[in-house]
Amino acid sequence: MKKTLKTMLFLITVFFAVATLTPLLWMLSASVMPAGQASTYPPKFFPESVTLDHYAVLFTRLDVLRYFINSFLISTAVTFISLLFNSMAGYAFAKYRFPGRNRLFKLLISTMVIPAQVTMLPLFLMLNKMGLINTYLGVIIPGMASIFGIFLIRQYALSIPDSLIDAARIDGASDFRIYRSIILPLCKPILITLAIFTFMGTWNDFLWPLIVMTDDSMYTLPVALANLAGEHVQDTELMMAGSVITIMPVMVLFLALQKYYISGLMAGAVKE
Amino acid sequence: MNKIFTYLIASLLLITLSQLGCRSSPSSETVLIFWAMGAEGENVQKLIPEFERRNPGIKVKVQSIPWTAAHEKLLTAYAGNSTPDVSQLGNTWIPEFTLLNAIENLNLWIEKSSLIKKENYFEGIWKTNVIDDIPYGIPWYVDTRVMFYRKDILEQAGYKNPPATWDEWFDASMKIKQLAGGKEKYAVLLPTNEWVPFVVAGLQNGSTLLKDGNRYGDFSGKEFTKAFEYIMRFYQKKLAPVGITQVTNIYQGMAEGFFAMYITGPWNIGEFQKRMPPALQDKWITAPLPGPEKNRPGVSLAGGASLVIFRNSTKKEQAWKFIEYLSAVQQQLEFYKVTGNLPAVEEAWNDTLFRNNVYVKAFYEQFKHVVPTPKIPEWEQIAMKVQQYAESASAQKMSVNQALAELDKDVNIILEKRRWMLNRK
Amino acid sequence: MYKGTRQITNSFTKSFYSAAYFFLTPALAAIFIFFFLPVIAAFVMSFTDFDIYSLGNIQYVRFVGFRNYLQLFNDPLFWQALQNTFYFVLVGGPLSVAVSLGAAILLNSKLVRFKSFFRVIYFAPVVTTLVAIAVVWRFVYHPRFGLLNYFLSFFGINPIDWLGDPTYAMPAIILLAVWKNFGYNMIIFIAGLQNIPDELYEAARIDGANARQQFLYITIPMLAPTTLFVSIITMIGYFQLFAEPYVMTQGGPLNSTLSIVLLMYQQGFRWWNMGYSASLAFVLFVIILIGSLVQFKLQKRGEEG
Repeated sequence: MKKTLKTMLFLITVFFAVATLTPLLWMLSASVMPAGQASTYPPKFFPESVTLDHYAVLFTRLDVLRYFINSFLISTAVTFISLLFNSMAGYAFAKYRFPGRNRLFKLLISTMVIPAQVTMLPLFLMLNKMGLINTYLGVIIPGMASIFGIFLIRQYALSIPDSLIDAARIDGASDFRIYRSIILPLCKPILITLAIFTFMGTWNDFLWPLIVMTDDSMYTLPVALANLAGEHVQDTELMMAGSVITIMPVMVLFLALQKYYISGLMAGAVKE
Repeated sequence: MNKIFTYLIASLLLITLSQLGCRSSPSSETVLIFWAMGAEGENVQKLIPEFERRNPGIKVKVQSIPWTAAHEKLLTAYAGNSTPDVSQLGNTWIPEFTLLNAIENLNLWIEKSSLIKKENYFEGIWKTNVIDDIPYGIPWYVDTRVMFYRKDILEQAGYKNPPATWDEWFDASMKIKQLAGGKEKYAVLLPTNEWVPFVVAGLQNGSTLLKDGNRYGDFSGKEFTKAFEYIMRFYQKKLAPVGITQVTNIYQGMAEGFFAMYITGPWNIGEFQKRMPPALQDKWITAPLPGPEKNRPGVSLAGGASLVIFRNSTKKEQAWKFIEYLSAVQQQLEFYKVTGNLPAVEEAWNDTLFRNNVYVKAFYEQFKHVVPTPKIPEWEQIAMKVQQYAESASAQKMSVNQALAELDKDVNIILEKRRWMLNRK
Repeated sequence: MYKGTRQITNSFTKSFYSAAYFFLTPALAAIFIFFFLPVIAAFVMSFTDFDIYSLGNIQYVRFVGFRNYLQLFNDPLFWQALQNTFYFVLVGGPLSVAVSLGAAILLNSKLVRFKSFFRVIYFAPVVTTLVAIAVVWRFVYHPRFGLLNYFLSFFGINPIDWLGDPTYAMPAIILLAVWKNFGYNMIIFIAGLQNIPDELYEAARIDGANARQQFLYITIPMLAPTTLFVSIITMIGYFQLFAEPYVMTQGGPLNSTLSIVLLMYQQGFRWWNMGYSASLAFVLFVIILIGSLVQFKLQKRGEEG
């Protein structure tokens, strides 16, 4: 009885796993099909012959490498800067008492209901005045700090025992030293989680770089891909190769760090 | 770990900061930035090497913008002071960019030019580029709406030739409806999610749509009212389906004879050829739009895209050269071959490419009778209102007079800002 | 002596404060300048007629009071967008939460093996790039060659033009959104499930509760705080529906997938009616606020009842 239940549950799990992965696997498979093979009925799941032509076209004719570098630079910069800023602020909210702390924190949290798109227009005009349109900084700046990031780190830092900090302070450690040598190492799991989260979010972001980058040599991968999709709707296999290139880096990053990431996410989720 | 962390931040900041400076190009050659939309951007690349060969020292960098984001990209580029040198611009967008003072007055350039002359273009199309007697754009390719119809069905209804007048069009439709007997079939597809048929009918009947220097709506004027009533009769007599849910695939609908006539643009020639079943390939054809009376040709919309020079450009000389190059007959034909976009230069139509094409003939005829929609930035918003009230009237939620009065009211609200500005000047 | 201690405490507190401010300043400054200021600017803008004319010449801006808001409520496109957004939130939201919960329970079950492996698989769509996924799903939804119609054909279902038919476009967007997002909430649910003490189940088993009863009387109530958290987060996110229709359908066909944020974007950036667009943003803000409060209230009442 238990055994059949076990097998059944396992089969259900496998079925949903297959269903979840199918679009991704099909994308991978179609990206190596010769042109035209993906548009057949019934749909082909596996290529009859494998070709890397579409990838070659993307890298040689369509300059995908450049977009890749743009995406990488921007995402890395946002990740590091925001990690620094958010961890500092999150730590301060968790471990320092100062007037108005709780009110300030509540205010920050409550503004999370404001849709980010509200800010787009004024932000655009502002960055424009600062001369940052069509620069990397224009894309990086709005991501420098995030309320969600501060929230995550604060929740995590709350669990660090005060005694550790007090002991260090008695030993004469400066505030910044405490932050750097005690808080940061202890927050490593949540920092990794947040790092992946931020990197992914920036990498995947589409609208803001689309608006800020007017010159196509500054495009990020998603923007370039959307651009490509407008002109090559019928070149399914080429588009799939473009999608693979866009998704692959974050996917690899996630797979490499998934252990930390998922556990960090779970740790962050449990605490109120 | 901490050191690496700090170094990484520092180096990244450096990299990003270094990107702040202008990206200059070697001074020996001029790089012309050209924006084009969608497939045009991709395909125009093929014409570039020849231009660069003929004009040593000029390089053209084509940047293609997705159609869906074109308008916002242009506006943000204007706001961000990063407009290109030359750009493709939908000709309905010209009023807006003129108003922003973003694009160059081309009068002097045209005077000097031996190649680009007003007379080379369809008159109605040229006019879309002229604001207050000043030309701001050179037509690149043209676009309008004609009638696509099923020859066999119209013949069964007794029409060997396509209907030439409103009366004939209505009569033919009635007969097609009778042929269908009790089956749910229609004569015309006039989708109520489009403003085109209603605006076109109004223009055909001589309405200017707006009045007093485009300060107020004129939709309740007698020309537009009569045209609107005429189109509404198609819905009332069930000659055209009300709502849009019945037809999800127009090609299938046309093939099944669910409707026999449809007003649409040149891009559908290729689609019809691709999607109509082979047995029906010689059964469909195009015709110019019927006019309100005999000897009064039915006008249609003057659509298409133009080439403009942005005022901020420092390379106007080269930009103009490039526009001249794209406006030569040979390049116009070449461009048609790679994109299917119809040439703006009339002479190009003498080519065998067009003389042997039965489907584009109607377009050529139609281009001689095209008129622009009101040349103000608010037009798109107004057009959407027209569609909205046409939808209500076709579903008989409102009477014709009621709908048009409401429409005028809404349009006048949209134009309030315009009136205020004109009064201040 | 007494005085001395106080002085020391004072200076200590002062340096303590200054350290706190040192840590807070970079993030708060960035948030203030690049988030709060624009929000305030947008709010002010919503009472002006900032439009394309004002872009050309800033003198052409006027304060118009509540006119944008009044115009909004008279705009059928707004009501259509509102209706679509509610459709997405009320159908897609619960569906997404249910799928997440189901997946979490499945992966938390003692009977399923290779849990962490499946967890990674279920989570994979979350990390994908939406633009790329939209390209892929557009093909999954292809009326003739798409995988979905092929799959459905085994059940005798005729091909559906998913993205071309106003009836099916929103369900197609919902399916994509659920597929892409359920993994995230699933993780949070798993964390919640693991937090339920085993003793509770043991006690229930001793009392003779079956699996269904255990689920209804232990799992569900114990998971309530997590569910509230997930529901609110999901709702807030779903009300801001934008990228999916933007890249898949552009709001079409026939505005059947036009969402509030998409309308806001179109009004703001495409037509540069910034005043009007900003007023839309604040209407959405109020709706989300009310939605969150209602959920809190419902939850409270559930706990009391």
